[in-house]
Amino acid sequence: MLAFNFFGATEGGLFDINATLPLMAIQVVTLTYILNSLFFKPVGNVVEKREKFVSKNIMEAKNKLSEVEKLEADLLTQLQSARSEAQKIVSEAETESDKLYKEALELANNEANASKEKARLEIENQTSSARDQLLKQAEDLSELIVNRLILEK
Amino acid sequence: MFFNFISTNFAALEVGQHLYWQIGNIRLHGQVFLTSWILLGALLVFISLGTKKMENDPKGLQNLLEFLWDYIRDLSRTQIGEKVYRDWMPFIGTLFLFVFVSNWGGALIPWKLIKLPSGELGAPTADINTTIALALLVSLSYFYAGLSNKGWRYFEYYVHPTPIMLPFKILEDFTKPLSLSFRLFGNILADELVVGVLVFLVPLVLPIPVMFLGLFTSAIQALIFATLAAYYIGEAVEEHH
Repeated sequence: MLAFNFFGATEGGLFDINATLPLMAIQVVTLTYILNSLFFKPVGNVVEKREKFVSKNIMEAKNKLSEVEKLEADLLTQLQSARSEAQKIVSEAETESDKLYKEALELANNEANASKEKARLEIENQTSSARDQLLKQAEDLSELIVNRLILEK
Repeated sequence: MFFNFISTNFAALEVGQHLYWQIGNIRLHGQVFLTSWILLGALLVFISLGTKKMENDPKGLQNLLEFLWDYIRDLSRTQIGEKVYRDWMPFIGTLFLFVFVSNWGGALIPWKLIKLPSGELGAPTADINTTIALALLVSLSYFYAGLSNKGWRYFEYYVHPTPIMLPFKILEDFTKPLSLSFRLFGNILADELVVGVLVFLVPLVLPIPVMFLGLFTSAIQALIFATLAAYYIGEAVEEHH
């Protein structure tokens, strides 16, 4: 019975090709149109809209990131210039203060020297005057002594 | 003796028996249409539920449908190419879904419980009419794709590297639908028969791994059918330089 029905049987069989074939083809084509409007189009729209949204956001984020990087670099150069400026000001102030200190030191030295000199001169004067006085007194005294000695004689 | 055993058992499996519908002068295999309507109805209900409320932030079924859509897009894009894959994606996707739903529906739903006056319900793709219909649609599609994209230059494809290829390329136009239809038909029918025979001989446990193998084969066959269809269309629209 199987052997009879297997190939080319007029009724039934595995390879019984009939109007099922074209009707099935029409059914599949119809299904393609139905699925296109029911599934492929709407899902595709949603997925592609989302893909666009995501890629747009990624682009924006990238732009923002590059902007941030640019600003950061800008800031860094500004910071560097400010730092070097500050360095310059500090070193200027240092030399200035150094100069002032040296000037003041020199001035003070000079003053001290001058007053030392003056004091020395004064001391010298006083010494010499004291010596003169002493000499005079010694002279007077010697004169006195001499006079006395002479008078006693 | 042996042949007698086989034939009686196969007879019990009702190989090659059909439920005939007579409409005027034409005869149809009713069981094929019944199962395909049930399965496609389920598929359409499933898809309608999933696409009813589409959101930008997908939930539940929409996720699955988007995964499926993405899968089909990748399949058609890799085979057909960036330029025209959009036109053919619905066709490739429909082939994939139809074959997949038919194969799995035939394997997973216990159709045996529904008694028909003649024949039995099963995978629509286990009927040669269905697979030939699909294969011929693929043939028409790649001819149409080639002609609509390249006009008469499509026939350059037949003599492409050298004119020696001409007879082979013409032969290919016949072997493509033949291999497509018989591969699908043979795999699904063989799976049903193997499971049927095993269930008949050893009703417990033993058929289960074979059933799993059948599910695997069914999914692979759907993928192969869709991939080959896309490949043929891609071959037809490809530009030779």
